Formats: sequence, C-alpha cells, structure tokens
Amino acid sequence: MAAVDHDIGHDDHEHHPTGLSRWLNATNHKDIGTMYLWFSFIMFLSGGVMALTIRAELFQPGLQIVQPEFFNQLTTMHGLVMVFGAIMPAFVGFANWQVPLMVGAPDMAFARMNNWSFWLLPPAALLLMSSFFVPGGAPAGGWTIYPPLSVQMGMGMDMAIFALHIMGASSIMGSINIITTILNLRAPGMTLMKMPLFVWTWLITAYLLVMVMPVLAGAVTMLLTDRNFGTNFFNAAGGGDPVMFQHIFWFFGHPEVYIMILPAFGIVSEIIPTFARKPLFGYSSMVYATASIAILSCIVWAHHMFTAGMPVTGQLFFMYATMMIAVPTGVKVFNWTATMWRGSMTFETPMLFAIGFIFLFTIGGLSGVICAIVPIDIQVQDTYYVIAHFHYVLVSGALFSIFGGVYYWLPKWTGHMYDETLGKWHFWLSMFFFNLAFFVQHFLGLAGMPRRIPDYALQFADFNMISSIGAFGFGFTQLLFLYVVLKCIRGGVKAPAKPWEGAKTLEWTLPSPAPYHSFTTPPIVK
Amino acid sequence: MSSKAAARIVGASALGLYSGLVLAAADPHQLNLPEPQSIIAQQIYDQHTMLLWICLAIFIGVFGTMFYSVLKHRKSLDYPAANFHHSTTVEIIWTIIPIFILVGMAYPATKTVIAMKDTSSPDITIKATGYQWKWGYDYLTGEGEGISFLSNLSTPKAQIENAEPKGENYLLEVDNRLVVPVGKKVRVLLTANDVIHAWWVPAFGVKQDAIPGFIRDAWFTAEKPGTYRGQCAELCGKEHGFMPIVVEAVTPEKYAQWVGEQKTKLAATTVDVNKEFTMDELKAEGEKVYAANCVACHQANGKGVPGTFAALDGSKIATGAKGEHINIVMNGKTGTAMAAFKHLSDVQIAAVVTYERNSWGNATGDLVQPSEINQLRK
Repeated sequence: MAAVDHDIGHDDHEHHPTGLSRWLNATNHKDIGTMYLWFSFIMFLSGGVMALTIRAELFQPGLQIVQPEFFNQLTTMHGLVMVFGAIMPAFVGFANWQVPLMVGAPDMAFARMNNWSFWLLPPAALLLMSSFFVPGGAPAGGWTIYPPLSVQMGMGMDMAIFALHIMGASSIMGSINIITTILNLRAPGMTLMKMPLFVWTWLITAYLLVMVMPVLAGAVTMLLTDRNFGTNFFNAAGGGDPVMFQHIFWFFGHPEVYIMILPAFGIVSEIIPTFARKPLFGYSSMVYATASIAILSCIVWAHHMFTAGMPVTGQLFFMYATMMIAVPTGVKVFNWTATMWRGSMTFETPMLFAIGFIFLFTIGGLSGVICAIVPIDIQVQDTYYVIAHFHYVLVSGALFSIFGGVYYWLPKWTGHMYDETLGKWHFWLSMFFFNLAFFVQHFLGLAGMPRRIPDYALQFADFNMISSIGAFGFGFTQLLFLYVVLKCIRGGVKAPAKPWEGAKTLEWTLPSPAPYHSFTTPPIVK
Repeated sequence: MSSKAAARIVGASALGLYSGLVLAAADPHQLNLPEPQSIIAQQIYDQHTMLLWICLAIFIGVFGTMFYSVLKHRKSLDYPAANFHHSTTVEIIWTIIPIFILVGMAYPATKTVIAMKDTSSPDITIKATGYQWKWGYDYLTGEGEGISFLSNLSTPKAQIENAEPKGENYLLEVDNRLVVPVGKKVRVLLTANDVIHAWWVPAFGVKQDAIPGFIRDAWFTAEKPGTYRGQCAELCGKEHGFMPIVVEAVTPEKYAQWVGEQKTKLAATTVDVNKEFTMDELKAEGEKVYAANCVACHQANGKGVPGTFAALDGSKIATGAKGEHINIVMNGKTGTAMAAFKHLSDVQIAAVVTYERNSWGNATGDLVQPSEINQLRK
C-alpha cells in the first residue's frame, strides 16, 4: 500500500523540499506564484530606474544627463521591461497563487510545466538586460521595434528578439496551465457561471495570450531574418512592406493591452464587493462584457496606425470598432459603481486602490475614446497625450490593481496582517504623485510635444518639470510598498482565515497562511 | 457674467480635468491644441472640445454617484448593506445610452475623415522626404515647380549642450523653411529615404508618416500668413528630436516673389559638372557638407561613437579604395545606420569624400571630382 502511504504523506503540508531546491525544482503553485511576484517586482524596479533616468533628462530643456542614443535605449527598454517583465508576470503570479485557491483545487494542473514557464523568465530577462552592455547597446527603436529603424540596431536587438521569444513561450505555457486548471480542476458544484470573476477574467486572458503570443513571435522572427539573413519581409527595396510589420505587431499588441487589464478588472471585481459587503452587481453582464472586450480587442489593432496611411474605409472601420469597446468597458464601470451603491463600505488599503483604479482608469478610458476619433488621433498620435493615456490605463489601471490585490491577499499568503497605516500612506502618495507625473502630460501632448524625444522646445519646460517631480515621488513611494510587504512577511498581527468581513470566495475558507497543498479534499460549492 | 466666461470657469475648475481655454501658441502653459489655421484643424479642435464636454458630463455623472456612495454608504455611519445584485433593465439602459453617445461622436468625425483624405485637385504639390535627420522638399507641380531644398535644424549645438542661452524657437527653427501661399490647396506627398518619419504641423491638423519605398499624401490650406512649427512625430533614430518642420504661409504676391528668388538662386548655383576643383576648394566645401550631414554620427573629430557609429579617422573605407568609399556614401550600407546620400549634389558628394580622405589622420591625397560622381549616377 505504498501508493496510499504516499498520498497520506502529501497531506502533510510541512512535507516539502527546503533550501534552494524548493525554489529551483518548485512545482507548488504558491512557491511559483511567489517567485513570479518577486521577479516582476525586481523588473518593476529596473524599469522604474530607466523611467526615472528619462524623467531626469526631461527635467529641463537641453541635454544634461544622457545622450540621445542612450535616451532612446532607455525609452525602448523601459517599455519592454515593464510590459513583459513587470505587469504580465505579476498577473501570472496572481493566477498561480489564486486560481487553485479560488476554484478549490490542490494545485495547478501541470506542476512541472509551471516550473518551466517560470524558470524561462530569468534567463530571458538577463538576455534582455545584458543588451545594454554589447556593442551598439540596447535596442533603441521604441518598444514597438518598427523596422526599418530596428534593422539598423546592433546585436542588442537580436538579444531582445530572443528574449521576446522565450518570454512568449513562457506566457503560452503559463496560459495553457491556467486554462486547464480552470476548466478541469474546479470544485464539485462550481459551474462556470459560479466562478469568481478573477478566475473568469484570467480564463479569457489566457485564451488571448495563446492566440496572440505566436503572432508576436512570427513578427519578431521575420525581423530577425531581415536583420541577419537578407530576407525582405519589411524592406520595400526588396518587395517587402515596413507597414506590414506594424499590422502584425499590433495584431498582437492590441490584445496585449487587454491581457494587461482584464486580470486587473478581475482583481477589482473581487475587492469591491468584499469591502462594500454586497454581492457584485451584474455578475453575468461582467462576464459577457469581459468576453466582448476580448473579442473586440482583436479587430481594432490599426487604431495604433491612423497616421501610417490607410484608405478612408480602413480608418472608419477601425475607428468604429475601437469606439465600440467603450460600451462593455462602460458596463464594467457602471457595475462597480452599482456594487458600491447602498453597500456598507469600509476603506482598507485594497479598497482604496480599487476605487483609485476605477477613478483613474476611467480617465484613461475617456482619453481612449478621444484617441479613437481619427481626426483627433491625427493630432495626438505619437505625442505625450498618448503617453498620458496609456499610463493612466497601465499604471493607475493594471499596477494599482496589482497593489490592491497584493494588500487584499497578503494576509492569506503570509498569515500576517500588513501595516494598515503604511498601506494607506502608500496609496495616497502613489495617487498624488501619479497624477502629478502624468496629468500634465495631456497638456504637453495637446500643445504639440512629440513622444520619445530627449530634448524639447522651451514652451514645454514647466509641465515637464512638474511631471519629473511627480515621477520621482511615485518611484520612491514604491520603496515604501516594498517595506510594507517585507514587514508583513516577517511578522505582524496574526491573520484569521477570513480577515475581511465581506469576503465570499473559497480561499477564505482555508486557514491563513494557506496550507502548502491548498485543497486536498475538494470543497463542495452549492 | 457672459456665458463664455462662465463656460471658461467651469472648464478650468472641473477637477482640473481638461479645459476649453484657447491660449496663444508657444504659451508655456498651453493646455489645449494650438489655435487652428486650416479648416481641418478647426474641425478637429471643435470635435475635441465637444468630446471634452461629453466626457466631463459622464465623469461627473459616474463619479458624482460613486463619491456620494463613498460618503454616505459607509459602515462607519452604520449604513446597512442592501443585497440587490442584478437588474436587466438597468443593464440594458446603460448599454444602449453609450451607443447613442458614440454615434453622436462618430458622425462629425466621419465627415472630417472623408474631408482629410480628399487630396484631389491641389493647387501646389510638394514632395516631403524624411532623411535621418532632416526634411527634403521638392515642389513638383503648381507655382514654384522645380524648387528643391533640404531643411535642417538651425539651433546651434551649443544651445542644446547648454553652453549658450536657448533662443525663442529653440529646436523649432530650420535653415530653409517650407514656403506656401495662403488660400491655396497644398498637397504634400510623403516618403522617406531610410526609416519611417512623420511630418506633423499641428496648426494645420496634418500628421502623416513618411515611409521609405512608399508614397503617402495629405493636404492643407493655410488660412492666414504666419510661421507654423511642427516636429517629426515618428521615432527615427538618435536625432529624432532634432528634425523640426517650419512652414511659412505667405500672401500669393510674396509667394511669387519667393519663387522668383529661388529660381535665380538655383540658376546661379548650378555648376558645370565638368569643372575641376582644387584640393582646398573641395576640402572647404566638404567640411560644410560634413557638418550638415555626417557629424551627428561620425563626430567632428571623425572618431564616431565607439560601438555604435563607425570611426572615419583611419578607417578601412576612408583610407582604402576610393570607389568603395564613394559607393558607401552614395548608397549607404544595409543593416546599419549608414544611410544613402545620393540626394546630395555631385559637388557635395565629391567634396565630402575628398574631405574625409584628407582630414584628421587620413592623408590619402585623393581628389574626387564632381564629374566622377556624375559618371557613377549613369
């Protein structure tokens, strides 16, 4: 009966590898989730240092700190690192931790593939980062790596391409794992329409990832062969078309935007009902809205290319399709508002970040509608207005939801309560400095400041200075976040199984910290 | 208080969100699009203003409700939680209403898009070519046909490096402006020589990518005389921030006068390609050409930027076979930042090659005559 003994042995939550092999050979969803989250935080700080160097250079007109070619490397790498290194892995970290806990599973479906999909990331990141130190430096053609400019780059570009390949493979494996876990390992009684919204948003996100990451891989592979093997996919002189790259890139790139925001919607949809002590308003319409956003996101890519030159019909189609996204997104915002309406709210740090998310993400959404209007987009495309727009959706959108989610689940992860006072400080400082840094960029863009420039005309000086002060404040505030998290891991008030009065999902039925093997006996969902 | 003033106060104070204030160009605190100078730019400006008001109304509606709830529906006020979680009617209403709002936004935008794309029957057609990192203009048809020049940033390097105080039009000034007559439809054909650039003049509401190997077009009609400034809007390499666009709109009479001057100048500078130059003449001209075209990468001392841009001082190309050197200057080198400089004149190419082969540590003694370049073009 060795097999039976073995099973019983696994019920013992203290029975797991220790030391380095616990992490290198990790197959446990919590350990892997933890590694994802720390990896993303390290990348977040690296990308943040790049951003602050950019803002330091832009503090005043004239060239002071970096030269233009290095400036371009910084803007490019800031984008790549934040998108592929910080935001995406953070959400995969959340999925690893929370999906099994929330569907009542013992672990992820493919434990070893889970290990592999995480351990691909550090080498990819190393490859990407070390491009700074090779001849020619890091890629400097923008994170969108448009040819022919990206064909001019040194070998740093090839390293970035390989890094993207590896990160893409990691994302695809992670997604397959998440899809399988959600579809196969749900607790008895948990039908699809009873799943927590976070699980739903990740299911849809995972499908998007599986669909578009190979498209990116194809685009960058063609770029690689254009660069090194004399092909002419994107070279007009050889019969290719540089704009074709933009079409393929954005066919990946636009769903990518939603890959970075749908899980954020999920996290916020968990936090709001908990602290409003009231069920989520319009659960099924939230699910349908998420699905329709995902579908629409696949037919709007060319709105990134309105100035590339397109027939009238093309511009109109992509304008109408883009505007349609405002409808399901609006439904979500209205539903969150209705959830809060006549609730019995308290405002712990996760709730503050969730409300901050809705408030600022809506500003980003409204400026998105403005950008969708072709004639207006002609004016604001490739300006600071667009920078402001996508930082409102990616920083105060995706990142704020990540902060909210961390505070929300830290008691479950660590077994301790975090420091509420410091958490609130983190929120309010982030809120203040974020707006200081990015709100004024709307004005800069409207007044005519292009993006990706290391120096600017004198009329833009004051707002740039304000923006730089805000950026530094925001950057340093994140060290406070690190401190709060470390403090919570090391100790603090013991967290009960359910520290939040209004929490309803399955993870709160387990003790805090959650046992190593989560649900060894599936819970019954009625 | 007039309704306009009231609107201004509301606009400025509404959470500082956006504002409908119209401020003069180059105002350091300009909050809005620049003052429109063409029909299209005016339509864009008006639609943007309309959208801001709609967005503001939505914003106040949604967050008015939410913050009322945040203030009143609190546990600390002992507000009991309701338990409703569903209402199909409400859901349908807030799906349908936004659709109508969006249709209202899309209707005027559609009309403007169609107008923007109508580049038919222009009075003047100008080709604008993006180079790393300057603009080239060729007047193709209409009054001024045949005029052709390059337009470089004219802000001195010392200002950029903070060695001198910055001038009023810092980074937005060029040596040769694009001159157009007011009231005439100008069609701009866009292409590029090396990488993608974008030609953008905010006051005219024109922004169009210039793509190597392809021709795109856009149009504008300047309404009143003035100087309108813009910048390259698509990342095009290290000097992307230093290739502005300056358009001077003048009265038709002044335009005719300008065309006359240009034609005279053109005739005067046309030299016989078979003229033989001396080393000193070529080097002097070559130094000017080098400063305008090559110095950004290869640097004034010919040392380049190690690891990024090749050195010319002592390089195999600049001290090796003459033909190979001329070839790389004229045709560029694929896969690197070295662009083709075929657009320079025979004299300019001959001069710059001679200069590079006989400057710094290079002393080949080679003389390249314009006639040799002229031969190669055939």
